[in-house]
Amino acid sequence: MDNMNLTLKIWRQKDQSSKGQMVDYKVTDISEHMSFLEMMDVLNEQLVNSGEEPVAFDHDCREGICGMCSLYINGEAHGPDRGITTCQLHMRMFNDGDTITIEPWRAAAFPVIKDLVVDRMAFERIQQAGGYISVNTSGNTQDANSLPISKIAADEAMDAAACIGCGACVASCKNSSAMLFVGAKVSQYALLPQGQVEATERVKNMVAQMDLEGFGNCTNTGACEVECPKGISLDNIARMNREFMKANVKG
Amino acid sequence: MSGFLNSSIGRKVAMALSAFFLMFFLLQHFAINILSVFSPELFNEVSHFMGTNPLIQFALQPVLIFGVVFHFVMGFVLEIRNRKANGVKYAQNNGAANSTWMSRNMIWSGVAILAFIILHFIDFWFPEINTKFVNGDWSGTMEGVEGYRYYEELVHKFASPIRVGAYVIAFVFLALHLLHGFTSAFQSMGGTAGRKKTLQTIGKAYSIIIPLGFIFIALYHFFNH
Repeated sequence: MDNMNLTLKIWRQKDQSSKGQMVDYKVTDISEHMSFLEMMDVLNEQLVNSGEEPVAFDHDCREGICGMCSLYINGEAHGPDRGITTCQLHMRMFNDGDTITIEPWRAAAFPVIKDLVVDRMAFERIQQAGGYISVNTSGNTQDANSLPISKIAADEAMDAAACIGCGACVASCKNSSAMLFVGAKVSQYALLPQGQVEATERVKNMVAQMDLEGFGNCTNTGACEVECPKGISLDNIARMNREFMKANVKG
Repeated sequence: MSGFLNSSIGRKVAMALSAFFLMFFLLQHFAINILSVFSPELFNEVSHFMGTNPLIQFALQPVLIFGVVFHFVMGFVLEIRNRKANGVKYAQNNGAANSTWMSRNMIWSGVAILAFIILHFIDFWFPEINTKFVNGDWSGTMEGVEGYRYYEELVHKFASPIRVGAYVIAFVFLALHLLHGFTSAFQSMGGTAGRKKTLQTIGKAYSIIIPLGFIFIALYHFFNH
């Protein structure tokens, strides 16, 4: 396949307090083997060379594990492909002459800092509210294998722990709900014996913080699960609901 | 308890519980109405029992009214809160890529059902309350009709093509609402079973058969008239 020429419609916003707008750009000679972020690098090189302000976007590891890259591409979080982050999205998913719309995550709890970069500290604060276990790590921690854990529980906990906190769930949700993220973080502890001690307080505090941050209410559309780069299942939301009900009965 | 209902998950659970109650009510409403197709006498007997039994009139009916009002009010409250949580709208949003039309438009199918319920109350409920509680007539009979009046009233209502048309459209919206709502209620209650094949099949069957059955009853009486 020949290299592609593309039109990009990108959200530009100077800073958090400024009003943003969509701006059109042209990029030429894009290889189908490039990742989406490499295409963005080409655009930014072009902008820098012509003395313009480059487009700000989040990225770090560029191998699909850090959760930094975001971007709402052609109406979907991380673009049209499944089970991937934006850095893993290949330009072969697009055709020569395409117009690609690129927007930041949209949610009241994720304010835009600049261009395509949003503030995802709300996730951090939810984690700090209870997404941990209090273990003495003073050098005499016990061997992990001394606690028997079923293979099923271990696998499901690992699947929940695969969440990289990118925020695609919130961005895809018509209600800007963070329940897939919080559900995964609650589940990874709820499934393991180490998580039981603080289970009641954990789910109550994390849900309270989630509500405080201004995320919406889940209506089970399932959009989050489809767009999640790590395949986090809706079952985690159901588990969180059970944990929350249990915690409230216990008081 | 107020703390629980002020949380996002608490509201979800309350929404699901009221939905279960309403879906159960719908099932029994359908079971009674379908009798009118097979046996007007039996339909009259059961209608008279439902309309005059004190337990149903004074205990279950208020619960039902509360359930209906609660489900609507909470639905609107959640919609307003969710819109507030959205922030700036996307220039391009491909919702069809990851969710069903039904799941994204519960508020609109809900509004259509609310409009129907208002019509339905004007048609049946207000006259019924007027007869029994204002005029104090609990006999279940009326002039010029032999036996109970319920079947006669039902047939009379479904003589108008405009009313039958409105009912048919409303039941289509009800089906759309249920196609997402049934399994969604189970998911909200923490049942991962809500996503398992059997329950999804039952949900689909319920969501299509019940509204279709109501449409059949309305059309049957319209053409049979």
